[in-house]
Amino acid sequence: MSEAFLLGDLPDFFVRFLALSLLSIGGAMATAPEMHRYLVGERGWLEDHEFTTAVALAQAAPGPNVLFVPVLGYQVAGLIGAMAALVGILLPSTLLSLGVSRWGTKRRDTPGVRAFTAGLAPMTVTLLFCAGWVLSLPFIREPDHRLGGLGLIALTMVVMFTTRLGPIWLILVGGAVGALGWV
Amino acid sequence: MTQTSHPPSASPATRTPGSPLELFITFSALALQGFGGVLAVAQRELVDRKQWLTREQFLEAYSLAQLLPGPNVVNLSLMLGDRFFGWRGALAALAGMLVAPLAIVIALAASYNSLAGQPAVVGALRGMGAVAAGLMLAMACKLAVPLRNNPMGLMLCGALALATVVLVAVLQVPLVWVVPALGTLGWCLARWSIGRQMRRARQAAGELAAGSEARR
Repeated sequence: MSEAFLLGDLPDFFVRFLALSLLSIGGAMATAPEMHRYLVGERGWLEDHEFTTAVALAQAAPGPNVLFVPVLGYQVAGLIGAMAALVGILLPSTLLSLGVSRWGTKRRDTPGVRAFTAGLAPMTVTLLFCAGWVLSLPFIREPDHRLGGLGLIALTMVVMFTTRLGPIWLILVGGAVGALGWV
Repeated sequence: MTQTSHPPSASPATRTPGSPLELFITFSALALQGFGGVLAVAQRELVDRKQWLTREQFLEAYSLAQLLPGPNVVNLSLMLGDRFFGWRGALAALAGMLVAPLAIVIALAASYNSLAGQPAVVGALRGMGAVAAGLMLAMACKLAVPLRNNPMGLMLCGALALATVVLVAVLQVPLVWVVPALGTLGWCLARWSIGRQMRRARQAAGELAAGSEARR
């Protein structure tokens, strides 16, 4: 049974997310283990399966994956919890990113800043390939979904290379084909 | 040496958004198409279709966004919005990225138990997942093209890419370590390459000047 959340807990809850924001290098998912420790282990506001559901929901729904954070807040304390968690996880990182971006844009032609953008490009591109690979894995591993899944991946890539079609059409096709049980 | 410090882009970004409202609408639209990740949709809409950015500019902004704390696509939206309309643009892009998806995900959380068991829902999510994987792979291929103009040259770029694959996919080192470590290494290599390029350019300019002196 989960513990009750009291309104007096809200400041501590908010401050925890503010602190996690600056640790979320590579995305909010990087801090998920720490959130789990706080919400499930330390305070007992959520159970394990509720935590997993929040992550799965945010990944299934459209939009950035960081939205699992307000879902956790919602599960703990309703709408006010959702807002506190979202503002907390985004405010510090947002201000920092804006500052660094402006600083870098002003000095974009200096060798130091050019080296930064050129030096990171190979790693960034490779990480995107790795992310595509990870997303493809469920279809490579499960024989039941291999043919349809890999076919859909290939179709998507061909359309992306050869047309200017908006992604929404591909997503709708994917959803419809999947709902019919062909993937 | 024909290589210049700013190689001409294959697809020059000539267009700009008309207003922060247009930014808000565009970012809302691309966030709502982002099943299984917004990044590939953002690349498609902003670079390929709207042409507000070149591939190089997109890759540059994303490289920085992933290095900073915070969700990568959220950082990316902020930076792009800020570039066009200052803080109002940043706020418009951020709000576009978050408001509508937040409403949807909270509604889903509230009705989760009745949806989870439907086989059609599970199947649709799987189909959209395959499309998301294809979008991501296609984007990676497109963003790899500007590496041809990288001052480090293809050999060093390939070595950094190989190191990334080994660390992330084979050794499974957490990204929190990989990104700062390879980022620093990449910066040092690129700084050295750019320095060498600039010395050569100066040398060539010097010889040219000396040549014209001699002719006179």
